[in-house]
Amino acid sequence: MRLSPDQIIFWQSGFFKLNATIVFTWGLMLVLALGAKLITRKLSTDLKRSRWQNLLEIVVTRILQQIEEVGLGDPRKYLGFLGTLFLFVSAASLCTVIPGYEPPTGSLSTTAALALCVFVAVPFFGIQEQGVSKYLKSYMEPTFIMLPFNIISEISRTLALAVRLFGNMMSGAMIIGILLTITPFIFPIIMTALGLLTGMVQAYIFSILASVYIAAATRIRKPKPETEANE
Amino acid sequence: MLIDWFTIGAQTLNFLILVWLMKHFLYKPILHAIDEREKRISAELADADAKKAEAQKERDTFQLKNEEFDKQRTALLRKATDEAQAERHRLLEEARKAADTLSSKRQETLRNEIQNLHQIVSRWTQQEVFAIARKALKELATTSLEERLGEVFTRRLREMDGRTKEDLAKAIKTTSEPALVRSAFDLPAEQRTLIKNALNETFSAEIHVQFETSPDLISGIELTTNGQKIAWSISDYLASLEKGVEELLKEKYQPDIKEH
Repeated sequence: MRLSPDQIIFWQSGFFKLNATIVFTWGLMLVLALGAKLITRKLSTDLKRSRWQNLLEIVVTRILQQIEEVGLGDPRKYLGFLGTLFLFVSAASLCTVIPGYEPPTGSLSTTAALALCVFVAVPFFGIQEQGVSKYLKSYMEPTFIMLPFNIISEISRTLALAVRLFGNMMSGAMIIGILLTITPFIFPIIMTALGLLTGMVQAYIFSILASVYIAAATRIRKPKPETEANE
Repeated sequence: MLIDWFTIGAQTLNFLILVWLMKHFLYKPILHAIDEREKRISAELADADAKKAEAQKERDTFQLKNEEFDKQRTALLRKATDEAQAERHRLLEEARKAADTLSSKRQETLRNEIQNLHQIVSRWTQQEVFAIARKALKELATTSLEERLGEVFTRRLREMDGRTKEDLAKAIKTTSEPALVRSAFDLPAEQRTLIKNALNETFSAEIHVQFETSPDLISGIELTTNGQKIAWSISDYLASLEKGVEELLKEKYQPDIKEH
């Protein structure tokens, strides 16, 4: 039984191989990049604009708004990373409607790669915001005894991120596969629709969690401007 | 094995590339467009605000001007009304004055006319009265009257007071010309002699006397010598009466004229 698109290998040469995950990821990248390029090729700064531009503007501003609501001070700084996370995961799940398509997020390798990116991004932004010493010190809060627990929590949440997304995406594909063998009509369609919903929810959860982790890393000991004003 | 390390690496790289691609092709242009639009909108809003403010300012200015204009107009109207009122008063005053002058002039003229009429009537009455008196006396004056007059004359000569007598005597003595006795009628010889005698007696000298007839006297006798004159005649009476009446008239009208 095939659990991951990693197992579909098109070409292999020693350590290097070209599996379905990578191929579909490239496909998604191509679609996303080309779509963005095509739409943003002639953007209007006027009050009148194309519906595609409108759609993209809505998406981008909504992402920005979400990031801001999580508590990140300068959402534009994190838009590139968090926005792409959301767009990639949601695009990967949305494309499941295409027959023959295997979502790359259904591979643990991909979700692990994304989780690793988050794992690296959290200290990256944290250090950028507060400096190395202050960031490292945050692992020993409130006391140094908490250091191992903090490290464990850091690792485990990364793992959880990867497994959660993988489990959800893989299970969606698995359920459809199983249902196709039992009831080939109607039910797989409903499950696909449900899968779309699950995919979108997972994309939202993944990016929101990443935002929360980054916010937690950058906001430690950094009082809000309002409280500052109140003090 | 669910985890393929090569795939993880590849996917990480893929993801990072995708981040760069998205940043480059999606977020940047979209955010740029949004920013531009917002800038444009805020600029337009600012422009609208400025225009509004300007409009408000202009409206205020206009209102101010309007108020000023209203004020000026009211002031001008008031001034014009005042001037018209003043002019009206002045014209009325002038008219009244003119009317007063005219009326007083008219009154004066009327008064003058009345006076003139009075004078004319008085003079006429006077003349008529005297004319009647003269006529009556003329008709009455006969020789016997003359004779009677002669008598009266001689008596008056004799009864003459001292001063008149002296003056007359002096006048007779200083002249060589005969004394002139005038009467309205020819005196009879008797009368002439009587007068002559009376003169001679009065002045105790021989006096040359020349007799003359003068109907002007109406009735009476008059002695004239060297500027001195002694007379008794009705004409004399009438003349003095006339004089008296004229004086009376003058006195009567003089104050009337003064009054106005």
